[in-house]
Amino acid sequence: MKLHYFARLRKVLFASISAGLILLFVAACGGSSTASTTPTPANTTPIKIGISLSFSGDFSADGQAFQQGYQLWANDINKAGGLLGRQVQLDIVNDNSSPDQVQTNYQTLITVHKDDLVFGPFSTLLTKPGSVVASRYGYAFVEGAGGGPSVFTRGLHNVFDVSLPVANNLVAFAHYLQTLPSSVRPTSIAYATEDDPFTQPQVDTAKTLLEQEGFKTASYQVYPAETTDYNPIADKMIASGAQVVVVGTLLPDVSAFIQRFKQQHYNPQGLIATAGPDQGDQFTKAIGGVASAEGIMVPNGGWFPQANTTGNAQMVQEYLAKYGGTAADISSDVAEAYAVGQVVQQAATKINSIDNTKLIAELHSGATFDSVQGPVKFDDTGQNIAATAYLFQWQKGNLVPVYPANVASAEPVYPKANWP
Amino acid sequence: MANLILGAVITGILTGGVYALMASGLTLIFGVMEIINIAQGALVILGAYLSYWLQANYHVDILIGLLITMPIMFFLGVAIEWVFIRPLKINRTMLSILVTFAIAMIIEGVLTNRVGADYVELNAWYVNASFKIGNYYLPYIYVFGFVLSVILLIGLYLLLYRTKFGYSLRASMQNRTAAELIGIDIERVSAITFGIGVALAAAGGVAFGATNLFNPGSHYDLISRLLVIIVLGGLGSLRGALIASIAMLVIGDVTAVVWSPVWSSTVFFIVLVAVLVIRPQGLFGQTEGRKQ
Repeated sequence: MKLHYFARLRKVLFASISAGLILLFVAACGGSSTASTTPTPANTTPIKIGISLSFSGDFSADGQAFQQGYQLWANDINKAGGLLGRQVQLDIVNDNSSPDQVQTNYQTLITVHKDDLVFGPFSTLLTKPGSVVASRYGYAFVEGAGGGPSVFTRGLHNVFDVSLPVANNLVAFAHYLQTLPSSVRPTSIAYATEDDPFTQPQVDTAKTLLEQEGFKTASYQVYPAETTDYNPIADKMIASGAQVVVVGTLLPDVSAFIQRFKQQHYNPQGLIATAGPDQGDQFTKAIGGVASAEGIMVPNGGWFPQANTTGNAQMVQEYLAKYGGTAADISSDVAEAYAVGQVVQQAATKINSIDNTKLIAELHSGATFDSVQGPVKFDDTGQNIAATAYLFQWQKGNLVPVYPANVASAEPVYPKANWP
Repeated sequence: MANLILGAVITGILTGGVYALMASGLTLIFGVMEIINIAQGALVILGAYLSYWLQANYHVDILIGLLITMPIMFFLGVAIEWVFIRPLKINRTMLSILVTFAIAMIIEGVLTNRVGADYVELNAWYVNASFKIGNYYLPYIYVFGFVLSVILLIGLYLLLYRTKFGYSLRASMQNRTAAELIGIDIERVSAITFGIGVALAAAGGVAFGATNLFNPGSHYDLISRLLVIIVLGGLGSLRGALIASIAMLVIGDVTAVVWSPVWSSTVFFIVLVAVLVIRPQGLFGQTEGRKQ
């Protein structure tokens, strides 16, 4: 009885599966014949772009600025009719500045949310895990703040950084010091940097260049990114008696160093920080006012509010209309994010597709794209070889380009003024 | 080098005092209630923001502002205890970690929503100023922070040892059940203790916010350091919190100037492990701490 029952069940299953396969075949044939006779309706579904950003933790300020940049670009392209005629929809999730969470986020954005494209997060630290996930699924990973060398040495073919390669950020400063007349040219330099993949390569490159030119290293310190007590590091730089201080910092640590220098009445002739002084009034408030910022330098990866680059004036104007403040308050993070959108837009428009494989091929083709940060051209590793480093300095309450001369709006001031 | 080491020791002691202030609330709460308040770091940051708000809007000096912020934070602490901690009847220590972590997340979320993620710092004339002793400039803010810490810790000591409430509190620290049996209102003591712990966070917030940039997310690094301090000092011991804070900062700072900042934490953690191997309960661990 039981055997008879199973035999019947098997027959029914076999018949069902056979019928299903026949139906599928017929449907497939029918589909192809229909396609040949009826035009395919235009795809009007929004293009979903997945992004992991930091809204809490160490990179929360940068994460918000990045969100502003991405959002401004999305608004602009949607107003102009969308990307390839489709509206753009940003799918942004919070990663709490955690590399583990970034990995989870991109996995979710690609496999669960089924986003069409992904854009990069803030920082080299977070770009690394995110780009690995994107690579696993064949997604292009265009980003604006993951320029540390370690991003490009892992053999990934899908990572593209639209900004200046991080390691070259301080090259303009090194060149500037070499141009100083011997009467004022410094002889000793103190270096301190976080062990961060964004800051340390910059400081190390500058140190190598300056040592080659005969500048003596008075002190060189690397400290963990989680350091909260910066006083002993600052004290060691002070004790070295260096004439120039080069620090690989973000905003919290450069502020702490400056506070300590002021407390200890140490006035270096030159002071440059990899990041922090570019944060507008956040920086000046943190160090006790605009007067304290006078003469402090910061490298620039090719963007400033007045830069004559593609779409920059429009972006600045829209930023001010949407978020208020002044042009000087706009973080360079905003431009980095906006530039990501511009480059993807141009590549997708050129190939008339958002297929990730085709996008990767186009971005690797050697073509030059335009962005608010200037020209973008990727080498084999995905670094932007068309970008140029500038040198900015706080002068009379404004952060102005001072080097090289072709972009400078003021002469660099050296030595810097003493602390007020 | 001798000057550098001397400077590192002085800075370590002064900064250690500030950390002791923040950690004392954490260890006091554990001592009485046997809960680990993971939200202490977030409460420190909240205290710093309250001072910042008073300063920015009403030009109240950050130290004088403590007369306003500490009572506010005290009542906030009492409310947190009443709403979130008191309902925990079983497995309190473990559950408190989850609950107070949730409180930290709520505080961070509300702050981010209200003030944004930009970094800010507390300012006053004494934040960047210093005075000279020998070849060394002593920053006023560290001296003031240390003095504030000493005053508040002495005040806490007097509260514990010279008041009826202090007797109740210490009885609760020694044996919660026995204290309840002899008529001490444990729930009232717990609420007030949590309030005091959170009020101390407000004071710690001023010292922290005047020496560090902070934003709503700054509590993560802070709480990890505070937990290390109370583990080294001994859970529940105020004396331990003070000594461990100073030890952590002095060891870290001296290592940074003599060797390298990279090794600061490593050397301190080697010391921590060595101490815990010899005294698993910490320098002034639970048994000792509950006698104080």
